[in-house]
This record gives sequence, structure tokens and C-alpha cells, in this order.
Amino acid sequence: MEEQNKAAWLLCFIAFLTVVFSSARIHAEEQDMSKKYFVPPPPFSPGIFPCSQCHQGMPVNKRPRVLKDMHLDITLKHMPGGWCFDCHNPDNRDKLRLTNGTLVSFEESYKLCGQCHGTVLRDWKAGLHGKRTGMWNGEKQYRLCVHCHWPHEPRFKPIKPLPPPVSPTEIK
Amino acid sequence: MRKIVKKKDGIHLDRRTFLKGAALGLAGTALPLNKAEASFWETFFQKHFREMNDAEIKQVLSRLEREYEEKYKKAIKVGNEKAIPGVLFGYGLDLSRCIGCRKCVYACVEENNQSKDPQLHWITVLRFKKGEKWIYLEESERYYNPAEVPEKEYFYMPVQCQQCENPPCVRVCPTQATWKDPDGIVVIDYNWCIGCRYCMAACPYGARRFNWAEPGRKPEEINPQTHYLGNRPRIKGVVEKCTFCIQRTRNGRYPACVEVCPTGARKFGNLLDPKSEIRYAIEHKRVFRLKEDLHTNPKFYYFFA
Repeated sequence: MEEQNKAAWLLCFIAFLTVVFSSARIHAEEQDMSKKYFVPPPPFSPGIFPCSQCHQGMPVNKRPRVLKDMHLDITLKHMPGGWCFDCHNPDNRDKLRLTNGTLVSFEESYKLCGQCHGTVLRDWKAGLHGKRTGMWNGEKQYRLCVHCHWPHEPRFKPIKPLPPPVSPTEIK
Repeated sequence: MRKIVKKKDGIHLDRRTFLKGAALGLAGTALPLNKAEASFWETFFQKHFREMNDAEIKQVLSRLEREYEEKYKKAIKVGNEKAIPGVLFGYGLDLSRCIGCRKCVYACVEENNQSKDPQLHWITVLRFKKGEKWIYLEESERYYNPAEVPEKEYFYMPVQCQQCENPPCVRVCPTQATWKDPDGIVVIDYNWCIGCRYCMAACPYGARRFNWAEPGRKPEEINPQTHYLGNRPRIKGVVEKCTFCIQRTRNGRYPACVEVCPTGARKFGNLLDPKSEIRYAIEHKRVFRLKEDLHTNPKFYYFFA
């Protein structure tokens, strides 16, 4: 009996250690990310950031509604039924807010997108999703999700293709 | 016996003397008289690229730089970066992301000094109709020109040199003007190419292009950073093709088409490095290679992410 108890405690202890170490490792990786993934500054519309320059002291209206005075360029075509405060932080507008309440800066907005688009975030970290430039064997430049996908309407806009090749019959 | 006899009706000489004299005379008219002709003879007697030592290659490169400067009136650097040890280049193209905008085609032309008139492209973007007959090359369309891409009914597949591990083009070359370098890039020595176009017939991907006319490109459009086996200015009558931008990638940079792609569909890296993005694609995504059944073993991987 005594022996069994001891063994059980030992197992518990080992499990506990594993959890602690793995979470520490994940945390370290997260810390590492902002260093590893060099991202250019977020593509704000000119003069719009920091948000607090207007929102400071403004009463917070959390009711979903059609905006009439400002942000007229935004029609939310992302996540049906969504609203500003799903991503933006009502109390400090210069930050974004994850669903678990953690505040993240606009430079780390990929964490916010990754809450739903986890598989895409995984591919992005590996360098597979999205555009990377720089050196194939050295420092690479990543882009934030929002550099290519406008967060309020993320679908890629169609573009005009460059001209087709000249047909051999037309080469003199 | 006297070789030259003076007679009443002129000078008589026997056949052997005449032939000797004629040969000497011909050689004399063809002897290098000025600098340009000297470089002509240097070109004529240039050894095979892989049989030259570093000093000889250096001489060839400086000769080319001299010629190009004379021709284009601007300094053009001809490099000879060697393959990096432990590197085997691989390319990935995400077909689920390509929108067929042809930005890669024209970025390639800018980078690699192709002829603009007559037009010569290294990348062909094929358009396929979505449906049952999937990548059915005979029904592909390369001259598509809608107002906007992507179109709903279609998907796109850019094709360029697949840098085969077992390249049929290399095997058929009668002068060994094309070969596979240690980092897997199939290169062409334009000075050894005789323009027989056997390689074009052998390539199952239609990746090789021929200079039917003198390449037409304005001097100010020439990219001055070149490589001997890559994007240095070509001449009429030689074959050329994609080299994974050898002048960039051997210096650690990404190919021009990778950098320009607006959707990030193009991936590039070292196949021998387990942490490279191309290895991640091969290990985690659905991957195929074009015409795999021909056992050309391409290093160009199409995938779906």
C-alpha cells in the first residue's frame, strides 16, 4: 500500500515537472518570437495612431451600431456578427485584446489572428504562409497578417494581371 | 630545284610553295590587329568552363566585362560565385495561393536580362479550368487576359525550369555546354552553346528558350549584377532558361520571383536543411512534382497549403 502511494506521488510529481517545463518552453518561444520574426511596423492609415489621441477621455459605447462620424471606410466583412471590441480593447485603444483578456500591441497582431486561424499562424511561423523576403539562409523579413489582409475585410482583392506573352506568330 | 622561277610571262612557283604562302597569308590577314580582334581570338580559344582554373576564369570574366562595357557603355559585373557546400536548392509553389497575376514573369525579365524585343520569358503561367480533368496540360491556356485575376472558374500554375536532378537536357547536349552544378542548378555556358536546340527538344517542361535574334534590351535596362552562368547578357543563337537567379541565391538572397510574388505563393530554400521552409512544405503539405513519371526528379515542388 505504502509503496503504491509513493509511486503515485512520484508520477504526479513527474507530471507536474513536465507541465511546468513545457509551459516555460512555450513561454520562452513566445518571448523569442518577437525577436525572431522581424516584422515591419503595422500599416496604419496616416495619422490614425495612436488611437488614444481621439479616444482618450471619450465615453465608451459598447453597443454595436453603424458608425456615422469616423471610420467610415470600415465595413466589417470579417466574422459575421463581429464587432470592434472583439479585437480592439475598449479601455486602452492603443492595444488589441485577446479573448483571454491579454493585451497585445499592434506589432503582435498575429497573435490575435491566430486565435481563430491557428493552422495559418503555424504555417506563417514556419515561413510557409505569406510572403517572406530577405536571405534564404539568413535574416528574413516577415510581414504581419494585416500587411496583406485588411483586417476588417480580409479577403484578397482581385488585381489586374500583367500582359500575356506575345504569341510566336506575332514575333517578327 | 629552285622554287620560284622568274619567266617572261611572270613569276612561276610550284604548288607546294604556293599553298604554304597562301596559308601564311591567310593567317596573316586574320591575326589580331587590334584589341577587339584579340578578344575574338580569346573567345575562340576559350576552354570549357569546368576545365579552366581560377586564374583562367578570372581572365575570361574580365574580358567579358570589357566587352560588355564597350557594348552597353556601362559597368557590368560578371560574377562566378561557386556552389555553396551542403546546399541543394529546392523551390516550392503554393498552387492554392497563386492568383495568376504574372508579376513573377516580368520581375524575372528585369532581373535576368532577357530580351524584350523579341520578347523572351523564362516563366510561363498556365491557366486551367477547375474541374474533373485536373492538370491537363493540353487544355491549359497561357494567353489568358481577363480584367482581373483570380477568376472564379480557373486556377493558375506557373512553370519554369524544374532544375531536375536527372536532367534530360544535359544528357543530350553535344558540346556539354549545359550541366548540373553541385547545388542542383542546371546551368548553361553561353560561350559553348552552339544553338542546336537539342536540349529544348529534350526538356519535358518547355522551360528552355532560344535567342532567335540578337537580344533587344536598352543599356539602361541591363541589370549590372550578373553571373557567368546566369543572367549575363546573351547573344543571338544561344539557349537560356531559369537558373533560380543564380547571381542572387548563391549570395544568400531569394530569387526575384519569390520576392515579388504578392501572395507569397513562392517558397525557396535549402533541401538539405531540415529547418528550411521548403522542407516544411514537403513534410507537412500535399506535394507533387510535374511529370513525375518521367523520372526527371525535379526540385520544383508544387504544393497546397
